[in-house]
Amino acid sequence: MKRPADIPPFIVIAFWIAIWQITSVIIDNSIIFVGPAEVLHSFSVLLTRPDFSKSIVQTFCKISLGFLLAFFTGIMTGSLSCRFRVLNDLLKPPVLLMKSVPVASFVILALIWIGSKNLSVFISFIVVFPVIYINTRSGLAAADIRLLEMARVFGIGLPKKIRYIYVPALMPYLISGCNVALGMSWKSGIAAEVIGVPSNTIGEHLYLSKINLSTADLFAWTIVIILISALFEKIFLTLLRLVNV
Amino acid sequence: MNSCQLIIKGLSKSYQALPVLEAFNMELHSGRIYCLMGPSGSGKTTLLRLILGLEQPDCGSITLKKSTDAGLVAVFQENRLCESFSPVDNICMVTGSVLSREAVLRESYRLLPEESLRRPVRTLSGGMKRRVAILRALLAPSCGILMDEPFTGLDEETKALVIDYIKEKSAGKLILITTHQEKDVALLGGILLTF
Repeated sequence: MKRPADIPPFIVIAFWIAIWQITSVIIDNSIIFVGPAEVLHSFSVLLTRPDFSKSIVQTFCKISLGFLLAFFTGIMTGSLSCRFRVLNDLLKPPVLLMKSVPVASFVILALIWIGSKNLSVFISFIVVFPVIYINTRSGLAAADIRLLEMARVFGIGLPKKIRYIYVPALMPYLISGCNVALGMSWKSGIAAEVIGVPSNTIGEHLYLSKINLSTADLFAWTIVIILISALFEKIFLTLLRLVNV
Repeated sequence: MNSCQLIIKGLSKSYQALPVLEAFNMELHSGRIYCLMGPSGSGKTTLLRLILGLEQPDCGSITLKKSTDAGLVAVFQENRLCESFSPVDNICMVTGSVLSREAVLRESYRLLPEESLRRPVRTLSGGMKRRVAILRALLAPSCGILMDEPFTGLDEETKALVIDYIKEKSAGKLILITTHQEKDVALLGGILLTF
């Protein structure tokens, strides 16, 4: 039987925008729910505001910094803990804590410890680190034992073993981990900013939208977050896949 | 000349009380091709793994006397190639600075079609992968090569080509090849050892 053709993506998008618009017309209350037209208007107003780009840059830099720090630290400690069992044993409790303690608890603790200025860096790090650490360990453990035996017989040194055996084994796990961690870092980083309200950040604007009951602004900022997180994810994963070639 | 001598005395190995090798003795010298024949499961692969130091014997000794730093390398029963890299990358990985990339490319071209040399190994046929594994062992610095059924997956014409190449490149080295076919021994001009 012939498989029905896929619906073109623009028709799918148009369908959901139409549903969104119809829902907003039915609800007819711009505090509870706003339609795409209002959001688009609010978005165009945002673009003209002087603090728009500053807020985006601040939030982007902080969340990305937290992510990148966790990415490199996670790979480094994950690799070392595969080699040195004592490090694995020592890191088990903090990794378990980072995995299981609610982000809100960390946000409150971080507010007490470091204040709100670098809150999203810390939270992004805390959320991403365990994912990268665990995926690094899993990837390295999956390295082909037969290739490692071959390397031993041919006397291949560690740098070549890393390039030809460990990196190819690690990359699928790392890419899959980053796919999850990138989204989580943005969600948790922004949530931390909404709680800590550091000045000139996207989180601050979301908080103000709530205070002013400006749902259109909330939706517009949410679109901004989706766009920049998708852009960062695309660039980062493309670079990561280049390493795997 | 990378001369070497392999002396095996009283070698025994068993897996969970199942003896695979019992008081095995053998003495091999460089400059010769030895062909080890025996039925499947007779312990040929185990013997090669013991010689390579990948398994520990229950008792007995394996001594490799050699005049250089280079030791023994191998063509394993499986190809054991880095699948996402090209044949040339796989070979350069073990040759280091001994051979330039151009020299590796030139040598590889003698056994493999030119278009296959820059493709990832995972896209090659079984026979091509086998030839890459053989090239890797022959071009790596060594005093001897152990080959575990190296002609698996090769047609008669390719096998003849590979055997000529082995004879040329193995000059002065100790070569130990496991095989099931007596005619391979004749083609290699090797010394037959039976298990």
